[in-house]
Amino acid sequence: MMGWLARAATGIVSTIVEALEELRIHRGRVLLSLIGVAVAVCALTTVVGAGAIAEQAGRETSERFGGRPATVSMSVSTGSGMPDNETVAAAWQTTLDRHGIEYASRSGYGTLTVQFADGAVPVPVQVVDPDYGLMHRVRLAEGTWFTERDADRLAPAVIVNEAFWDRLGRPALSTHPTVEIVGSQPITGVITGVTPAQSEWDSEPTAFMLTDSFLPLQPVTPDPMMGAYMPSYEMWIPDGSADELLMSVDQAFEAELGEGATVDGWRSDYAAQEGDPFLPLKLMVIGVAVVILLLGALGLLTIALVTVRGRIREIGIRRSFGATAGRVFFSVLMETVVGTFVAGVVGVGVAIALVRSPLMGMALGGAEVQDMPGFPVEAALIGIGAAVAVGALAGLLPALGAVRVKVIDAIRF
Amino acid sequence: MTLVEARGVGRTVELPDGRPLTILSGVDLTVSEGDRVSIVGRSGSGKSTLLNLLGLLDAPTEGELAFLGHDVRRIRSGARDRLRGSEVGFVFQQFNLLPGRTALENVQTPLLYSGGREFWRRERIARDMLERVGLGERLTTKPERLSGGEQQRVAIARALVRKPRLILADEPTGALDLETGAEVMSLIEAVAAETGAALVTITHDATIAARSNRHFLLRGGRLETADAAGASSAVEADVAEAAA
Repeated sequence: MMGWLARAATGIVSTIVEALEELRIHRGRVLLSLIGVAVAVCALTTVVGAGAIAEQAGRETSERFGGRPATVSMSVSTGSGMPDNETVAAAWQTTLDRHGIEYASRSGYGTLTVQFADGAVPVPVQVVDPDYGLMHRVRLAEGTWFTERDADRLAPAVIVNEAFWDRLGRPALSTHPTVEIVGSQPITGVITGVTPAQSEWDSEPTAFMLTDSFLPLQPVTPDPMMGAYMPSYEMWIPDGSADELLMSVDQAFEAELGEGATVDGWRSDYAAQEGDPFLPLKLMVIGVAVVILLLGALGLLTIALVTVRGRIREIGIRRSFGATAGRVFFSVLMETVVGTFVAGVVGVGVAIALVRSPLMGMALGGAEVQDMPGFPVEAALIGIGAAVAVGALAGLLPALGAVRVKVIDAIRF
Repeated sequence: MTLVEARGVGRTVELPDGRPLTILSGVDLTVSEGDRVSIVGRSGSGKSTLLNLLGLLDAPTEGELAFLGHDVRRIRSGARDRLRGSEVGFVFQQFNLLPGRTALENVQTPLLYSGGREFWRRERIARDMLERVGLGERLTTKPERLSGGEQQRVAIARALVRKPRLILADEPTGALDLETGAEVMSLIEAVAAETGAALVTITHDATIAARSNRHFLLRGGRLETADAAGASSAVEADVAEAAA
């Protein structure tokens, strides 16, 4: 048994040694043929790796709008009109506590009139709780997001967008810049953070403010033009049990609010959509990669076939010295497999360097990605696996051709 | 010990137009360890075909051919290849060295196909063999930079590196001058004598043929026993006819 194993191991090692020797002898030709494979593998791996970053960028953009999976939004209404905000907030908190839900935020919109140097301007304000920043991946260009303690400030914390900050002259946040909020009771707010511009059209001032800071600024009688402040109630719950939890929270919240109240809950995150929203992108990426690889394989196959024709005499000589047909087959096959494996490793290495380069990150929207994914291991494995598969496929025909060589004719070739 | 035994061996091939062409017929030959056999004959008489049959590169279409007592037609292809690798060493007229490889790498080639210790110790064995044929100083030289005689010595080292029991030399001096040819033959005979291997030489050269102790003449695909003088005159007649 051991003797058989030793012979088998020697056979494998000697085949690899022979393949490596052939690669060394024909390194010029091998290098030329493998450049195509290395480039193809590099392109394939880069596309797959870059696709993962692009997908993450797309996912995070979706999460900024709809929240992370699974984010549930709820709206509250009663038959006799709007429920009292404090009553709803208390019922909401009780419901959250009962279900052990850790991350939740109210989210609504309002307007504040802000005094700029060139006059008072109505500014749209998104009114949220501290958890909103984590739930919606809110990015800040400057400063920090709200904390629970910000609700206790006498001068409410305000997080403004870049357009807002620009109109103030971009003061350093370390100087605690303030802003005058005018109304029936003028108040001074402190700017604690700045959100980056979302696009070139993001040119009007907007702001975030905590719900607990915003509500006291609201007039007792709502503005007939703007309507009353009507928040939705959001919570971030485990994706796996989202549907069951949503139903349970919905019922509990409604019961807590009492007779006549209606709670409508729905999932607002992208993962709630049917199917994989990134499937078209993935399919496109895979399609491009396969075409690239096939082109590389075609080039390799052509060179390998031509090479074997030029090596008929050598194969005949080897056969005369005891190389079996099987040995010649595996030897020729191993040459391309070993070669493409090395080309695959090189291609993957270059792909990793490319995908990790800052330039590529910017091109893929990587600058906006918070949780930048590492280079996907599956992309590297796919790259090397594809290289080996291409080597095996491209080596198969030449190997079969090599086996068919007639030793006597080959020696006289 | 009998290495090869041919009884009524023939070889027929099919021509492109479908007609059969008989190259060899009714060949009877026994080669034992230590034999020195020379086979002479005109071009196209079937010398190389006979050598291919003896060296397990080809199989007869008629008759019986046994190698170490085994009917070669019953030995499976892979086993025949392995048997050839371990028991037969070829020396070709055109040397057939692998281009681009050094002398040492060329001599190591047969050892790639032997299992166990020979494979793992292939460099040492090949180095010793090259030193034995007087090329210890040319180990890393590629064939393109070796003289004809040196190339044939590398080929001899390669043919004998696995210590085969049968050495088949196909016009081993055909590409060499007279003096170098004689040196090469002396070397083959000396190395064969060390291991007790049989040496079968196909040649057009009467002096080379005369070095053997058994002489055969191939005429029209039939093998005839001849003495040294007969073999020599047959070669001379062949040369004269070719010149005319």
